[in-house]
Amino acid sequence: MEFFERFAIPHPSAPIYASMVAIGLTVIAIVAGLTYFKKWGYLWREWLTTVDHKRIGIMYLISALLMLFRGGVDAIMMRSQTAIPENTLLDAQHYNEVFTTHGIVMIIFMAMPFIYALMNFVVPLQIGARDVAFPRLNALSFWLFFMGAMLFNISFVIGGSPDAGWTAYFPLAGNEFSTSVGTNYYALALQIAGLGTLMSGINFIVTILKMRAPGITLMKMPMFTWSALTANVIVVFAFPVLTVALIMMTMDRLFGTHFFATTNGGMDMLWANLFWVWGHPEVYILILPAFGVYSEVISTFARRNLYGYKSMVASMVGISFLSFLVWTHHFFTMGQGALTNSIFSVTTMAIAIPTGIKIFNWLFTMWKGKIEFTVPMLYAVGFIPIFTIGGVTGVMLAMASADYQYHNTMFLVAHFHYTIIPGVVFAMIAGLTYWWPKMFGFMLNERIGKWAFWFIAISFNVTFFPMFFTGLDGQARRMYTYSEATGFGPLNMLSFIGALGLAVGFALIAYNVYYSTRYASRNISADPWDARTLEWATQSPVPAYNFAITPQANSSEAFWDAKKKGHELFKGEVQKIHMPSNSGVPFIMSCIFFIWGFSFVFSLWIPAILATIGIFICMAQRSFERDPGYYISVKEIKETESKLRGA
Amino acid sequence: MMELFPRKQVIGFGFSLLLTAIALAVYFFDLSFTAGMTILLVTAFVQAAVQLVVFMHAGETGDKGSIYTNIYYSLAIALVTVFGTLLCMIWGYV
Repeated sequence: MEFFERFAIPHPSAPIYASMVAIGLTVIAIVAGLTYFKKWGYLWREWLTTVDHKRIGIMYLISALLMLFRGGVDAIMMRSQTAIPENTLLDAQHYNEVFTTHGIVMIIFMAMPFIYALMNFVVPLQIGARDVAFPRLNALSFWLFFMGAMLFNISFVIGGSPDAGWTAYFPLAGNEFSTSVGTNYYALALQIAGLGTLMSGINFIVTILKMRAPGITLMKMPMFTWSALTANVIVVFAFPVLTVALIMMTMDRLFGTHFFATTNGGMDMLWANLFWVWGHPEVYILILPAFGVYSEVISTFARRNLYGYKSMVASMVGISFLSFLVWTHHFFTMGQGALTNSIFSVTTMAIAIPTGIKIFNWLFTMWKGKIEFTVPMLYAVGFIPIFTIGGVTGVMLAMASADYQYHNTMFLVAHFHYTIIPGVVFAMIAGLTYWWPKMFGFMLNERIGKWAFWFIAISFNVTFFPMFFTGLDGQARRMYTYSEATGFGPLNMLSFIGALGLAVGFALIAYNVYYSTRYASRNISADPWDARTLEWATQSPVPAYNFAITPQANSSEAFWDAKKKGHELFKGEVQKIHMPSNSGVPFIMSCIFFIWGFSFVFSLWIPAILATIGIFICMAQRSFERDPGYYISVKEIKETESKLRGA
Repeated sequence: MMELFPRKQVIGFGFSLLLTAIALAVYFFDLSFTAGMTILLVTAFVQAAVQLVVFMHAGETGDKGSIYTNIYYSLAIALVTVFGTLLCMIWGYV
């Protein structure tokens, strides 16, 4: 029995036992359902082994939505705990675990897969490519991310969740103060998911630089593709820092090194430093694709071409470089002198300039446009004022001397939710609604979508605006309760009410997916929004080979030119198409990675060694395998095309 | 015959051996810490450049521009990170 004691939860409570039962029942239901409906073969052939960028995109999407709801439940728990003073719904330890997992789940396992869902689905279509440059690597990226997410999510029922904050600062995250395996989960799960992200970064840079259809020069790429390129460049330069920092953290926790210890020459501040050297570029990895989505949506629904294309590109490239120069503003109060803080203050404020340029470009795109308020456009228009509040409070926080007042208060929490929610969540829902017909061949219901938007937009402000005030009044973040004498009670109650409204909004989105799947018309054109870029030039849903004939582009809005200016997109005859073949190895290798991570979390060395050998065997298999892919014949392409055209 | 002889590579090989020897010499001579580290840093960067240009053929293909852009960008970010860290953790720490 001694062996099994390590898997016990160090701090059990009734909700955790209930979750254990719920997880168990869900797993049984899924296995039983797959067996009963005889779907195992379908699942393996069509999804687990697929290398198709569209299917991988959809799997990213499903994971992101699941994690959105998981992180959302964490958020509701936090808001209900702090809704009234001296509340005892959660105790301090449980609250620590909840805010830690909320942060990690939302950033790494919700926002990241969401942007990769859209990038996977849209980027190859926008540049007229058949797939990404390395389709099998893409599958491996997804499965590594997925297994990292699963490893992180089992932490709260096996061994205990991480509880040192999503930043996991040392010395708190060291063995001395974090005695459970929770922080090991943090290190290993992020490591596995991070490897997947790094591979995706390389994959997308190569795809965008090498696989563009004829005529699409760099300066004729659609704006979403540009945003994907800049974001992936940041990924490739920032993620190695996280990888190294996490290895050092793992070494400290498992093998007794002293990189981040306070003794024997270690330096605990170095963790905070390395974390933010990665962490600050990370927030721009999230925001840039969101900017890309808004550029597409705004130009489509204002019925005008994007104002200031070149300045948009220049400001994104500028942001991607500046994002590496500002990380110290996350710890202005750690003890650096005035000179250092001033340098990073100035670089931080400098980021407001390219961002401001983008905001004005969107406004000028809408200026004199025939604006159509569809659901994606509502999110885009709602984003501009809300995000600007986030930006302005960001400049306030950037003033190092003033930051001594704001830092670690709810003011900061309000600020970053004001940037991340309109900046990422709004953009992802806008992009999801916008590209949904391309993904699934039917549209989401506009009426329910608009209800969801208003619920989310209003409740968002009700939730987070009061935090600016409580923060300025001195309410610290991450405190599980407060006394009545502080006077924080009423505003926190208001936040809780807003959080409930947000929950209603997201539930409406889920209901919209259900409702539209059942009732929406399948009889829609391939271009239901009257859009401008190449992805709308192919059929919906998109056939496996994307385009029967590789398109020829003449501008960043080749499809619009084809519709309005007589540009000829598809020249020549249909020819047989070379496609990559499916493979189960990425999935199997990622499962081994899961076992590898789990063994490290619990210091089970024999399975860890076996899993390491297994990973190398998978890599060797790939090196020695001959995989020439396969061809889709002309006859088959013509049949698919005429069927999809409804002829 | 001259065009068949890999002159650049042979010179590069000799040069990289020389750089290794210089770096190794730091161990055998009784230098101060600063002098030793300076020699090591300089030889390390020159060595990396020699390897990239001579043996990894940076600049010999059509995508010369993107390779050098990539290298310079990496270098810029690495230097910013290293010096920024030194500034925060050591030089500017009060």
